[in-house]
This record gives sequence, C-alpha cells and structure tokens, in this order.
Amino acid sequence: MDWTFIFQQAISAGIGVNAIIFALAAIGLNMHFGYTGLLNFGQAGFLAVGAYTVAVLVVNFDVSIWLAFLAGIGSAVVLALLLGIPTLRLRADYLAIVTIATAEIIRQVARSVSLREYFGGSDGITGKFGKDFFDLNPFPNGLSLAFLRYTPNDLWVVVVGWALVVIFVFLTFLIMRSPWGRVIKAIREDEEAVRSLGKNVYFYKMQSLILGGVVGAFAGFVYAISRQSVQPDNYSTALTFFAYAVLILGGAARVLGPVAGSIIFWFLLVFVEQVLRQAVANDLIPNWLMTPNQVGQVRFMLVGLGLMLLMIYRPQGIFGDKKELALDARA
Amino acid sequence: MQEHKLTPKKEAAVAALASIAAIPGVKKPDPIVIADNVVRKFGGLTAVDVEHLEIQRGAITALIGPNGAGKTTFFNLLTGFDKPNSGNWTFNGIPLAGVAPHKVARLGMVRTFQLTKALFRLSVMDNMRLGAKNQIGEGILRALLPFTWKKEELQNTQRATELLSRFKLETKADDFAAALSGGQRKLLEMARALMVNPELVMLDEPMAGVNPALTQSLLGHIKDLREQGMTVLFVEHDMDMVRDISDWVIVMAQGKIVAEGPPESVMSDPAVIDAYLGAHHDQPLDQEEE
Repeated sequence: MDWTFIFQQAISAGIGVNAIIFALAAIGLNMHFGYTGLLNFGQAGFLAVGAYTVAVLVVNFDVSIWLAFLAGIGSAVVLALLLGIPTLRLRADYLAIVTIATAEIIRQVARSVSLREYFGGSDGITGKFGKDFFDLNPFPNGLSLAFLRYTPNDLWVVVVGWALVVIFVFLTFLIMRSPWGRVIKAIREDEEAVRSLGKNVYFYKMQSLILGGVVGAFAGFVYAISRQSVQPDNYSTALTFFAYAVLILGGAARVLGPVAGSIIFWFLLVFVEQVLRQAVANDLIPNWLMTPNQVGQVRFMLVGLGLMLLMIYRPQGIFGDKKELALDARA
Repeated sequence: MQEHKLTPKKEAAVAALASIAAIPGVKKPDPIVIADNVVRKFGGLTAVDVEHLEIQRGAITALIGPNGAGKTTFFNLLTGFDKPNSGNWTFNGIPLAGVAPHKVARLGMVRTFQLTKALFRLSVMDNMRLGAKNQIGEGILRALLPFTWKKEELQNTQRATELLSRFKLETKADDFAAALSGGQRKLLEMARALMVNPELVMLDEPMAGVNPALTQSLLGHIKDLREQGMTVLFVEHDMDMVRDISDWVIVMAQGKIVAEGPPESVMSDPAVIDAYLGAHHDQPLDQEEE
C-alpha cells in the first residue's frame, strides 16, 4: 500500500476543481436551504443553465466569453424567476417538486436529438470556448510543487475558482449578518410570523432563490471552463444530491460549511477509492469480494455509509452547532 | 368581581362606550376598524358571517365565544392571512379587502398568533429587531454596506432593549428564542409586535399556556398598551381575564356576532351564559380541554 500516493491523490482532489464546483453549488444551496429554508432540489439546473449558456453562445454564436458569462448570470436569474413565481407563494414542498422536475427538463432538452444543432445532444458541446479566459492566464508554466502538478490552464482555473469561492463566502458572511439576512433566517423559522411583522416574504424568498441560483451558475461556469466541454448528463439530479451531501457534511447555515464540506467530501471520495484500488491490487481484498471494476461503486457506498454515521452522531455537520439543531425538536 | 383601577385612558374608553346600546353591530363613536358582511366558508361550513362590526379606538375589546365560533378565522381575515368569500372592512378608513398581510401590518394593524410563533433559531434580540419597520439594511444591496444601516440598527437595538426590559426579558436578549418558556415566548411575541409601532394590536389568546405567575404581568402589559394610546382586540377563553381588562366584549357563535356590550352586562346576560359560555363560566377555563 502506497500511503503517500493515496494521500497525494486525496489532497489533490480536496483542493481540485471538483471541490470548487461543489463548494460553489453548495454555497448557493446554503443560501436556499440553509438560510431561507427553500427546498431547491434542482441546483443542477442552475449549473446546467450557466454552463450551457456560456458554451452555446461562445461556440455556436461566437459571442465573447465575458458577455457569455453575463448572459449565464442572466439565464440563472430567469430560471429562478420561472421557478419562483408560481411556487414561492405555496407551501415549501411545491418548490421541491418543481425544481427537481425543472432540472431534469433542462437536462432532457439539452440532450434532445431535435436540438442537437444547438446543444450537441447527449455528447454536449466541446470546443475551445475558454480561449479568451485562458489568454489572461498569468501562469505560463503551471505549477509543480511537491506532488501537486497543474498544467498552466488547470492552475488558472483552480486559482480563479478558489477566488470565486472566497468572494461568495465573504458575500454570504456580509449579507447574512445584515438586517436582510435576519429577515431571510426568520423566514426559515416561520414565514407567517415574518409576514405579521410587515415583511414581504415572497419578495425575500425570490431574492434568495435568485442569489443562490446565480452562485450555482458560477459553479456551472467553472464546470464548463475546466473541462472545455459541457455534457448534459453531468447535470443530473446526482449533482444536486452531492451538493446537498456537501452542504450537510459541512454544516447548513454556516458560512464556511459548504467549503469545508466540499473539500472533505472530495478528499474522502478519492481517499476511499485509492485505498480500495490498492487493496484490491495488492490482494488485501480478495477478488471474489471485490474486483477493480467495482471500486468506483463501492467507494460511493462507503462514503454514503460515512455520511449516515455523520448524520447519526453529528447531525449538525462539521461546523454546525448541535444545540442550535436541537432547538428544532423543541418546537 | 375584581376591582378596576381607573386610569385616565381606561376612564376615557369606558366613558366613550357608556352611552352605546349593547346590541350586535352597534355603531361606535370613534371606530378604528369597521367590517361589513365578512363571510368565510370552508366547504359547506360558514366559519365567519359578520354583518357589521366596529372596534372602538383606544379601547380594549375582547372577542369571546365557544370553540369553533370563528374568532381566529375572523382574526385571520381582518389581517389578510386568510381571504373571505365576500365582505369589506376598513382600518383607519383604509379598505383592507384583498390587501396582503405584510401590508396590513405596515399600516399599523399587527397581530400575534394563538400558537406562538417565536423564531426559534434567532436570538431574542434578533426577534425584536426584525419587528422594526422600513429598515435600510433590509434591502439586498445596502445590506452589503454595513455603514448605511449601522446607525439605524443601533437605534432599533436600543428600542428593543427598552421593550425587553419592560417585558422582563432583557437578560434573555442573547439567548435563542427557543430557550424561552412558553409564557416568555408569548411575552416576546407581544414585545416584537410592538416593535412595528402598531396602532391596533390583535392578540390571539395571549394567555393560552401561560403559567398563572406570568398572567398578572401579561395583563398589566395589555392594559399598558391602552395607556400608550394603542387599541387592543384580543381573543380569549379566560373569563376572569376578559372581565378584568376589557372595556367592551364581543361574543361570537357559529360565525356570527351574537352579543356585544360592556363586560359586566354581556357576561351576566343569561342567554350568552347558557348558550355560549356554558354553565360553569365562573371557573377559570384553563383547566378544561381545549
């Protein structure tokens, strides 16, 4: 067992581009679910809309990538309005149903044969649509620090990605300690009470949905740019549920919860995978029990088991406050 | 019967209502709320059917009646939390039919709830601050610029602190609202409603679930609202309390206003006693099943 290699791989994943994407997706979900109590089960839809807007505009319509980013933000706002206008006046569960369905509709439309010309069907869109972005790369040599190796492009994506994470974490921190944040948290506790105090609950929920959705779109930008391609099946419901896992692992309604959750989630996922892979390769796990091909599935089972244990013994997540969580039960 | 301590506002309220006939739907000298033909049906059941009702400004009015009489539904209708099948009502002359609940609150008509709605995972102080109207920092952009709202926040905090100490909750300011007892939550909800600077305070069963030790102070607080120039309308089952603090009593049964008048006369009206209060109305009702 090459423990050095295992740890190197796991650490690289923990600070890598996937950790960034899921941290951003979960920061958006934290705004929705953690602070406002909105059950958005369609965060993947916001990522897809962000990613596809950029890819389609740059590749098919030759739009500048910076305008495409703006359009991606705009698309996320429109999606939030579409989701919010009919559902935010209703009970919380309606938003959950509508968001999960909408995210799937977006994915199905993106992979549809009839719109292949624009969205590329199930293959998605590949192309050098990040060129303008990579032209700004100030790191011509990439990075080779100890075991961390990044190509110039990867390094640039990772640096910009973490900068975005820092910016959105800071914005969350600022806004959640303001009177606006107080209204938002109060809505999570009891909408009717907030209405009885003269606040337009619908309006605040809409703002929250838009804000979290835009952060989701940024996660989509990073997803698209880092891979230089968009593929519809990357934006399935599994993405949303991993983002929830990340959020709950780190601690909902905590500013740093999504970030810590994402780093730990990806570290663990790769750590478990590498340990299993080496154990199978070195016959520590016999072949009748697990073959190398099964490692990919088993790692999810083990990480899922870990999450279950976490929920049982530390339901508030890494950063959460157990006392605060227990308050719910007293209602 | 308990003795009433006469305060100037109490005297004024009693005097204003003294010459009024005790008949349902009677006109008041200075009504703050006027409701006409407010009907709410749930399927085949008519929960509320109020032909005409006026609430006197500056007085404490009690709304009583048996369970299922439609008192809370009527509260919900007046404050916009529920929509009637038909009907009109005004607050300070402003028509309120179809007005959203948050707008009703902003106009100065603020309610509390039968099942207390303390915001559990907010501190007691944040519960209070939330009540302040038109806060600069509640706008999404200025929320990001603390210097634009810091001063207002300090003023609100100061006002909240004063109210909390009046309600003897100042030591709890930094605790989560969930850490308060049931009675303290009632007090917090009332104090929070006062942060909105209401003209009319509508209390839905303020005494439900409050331990007897707190009852007296809660009664004092409600009387205090009148002294500060507010109008109070409250729903209550505790007849001792109704007798003690109200200037006027309205009796509802099966959705209709069946009687109204000064507490002594309404509560001694044999028809009201028999039909709506039950034979044991002199005993406190809080031991009975809800």
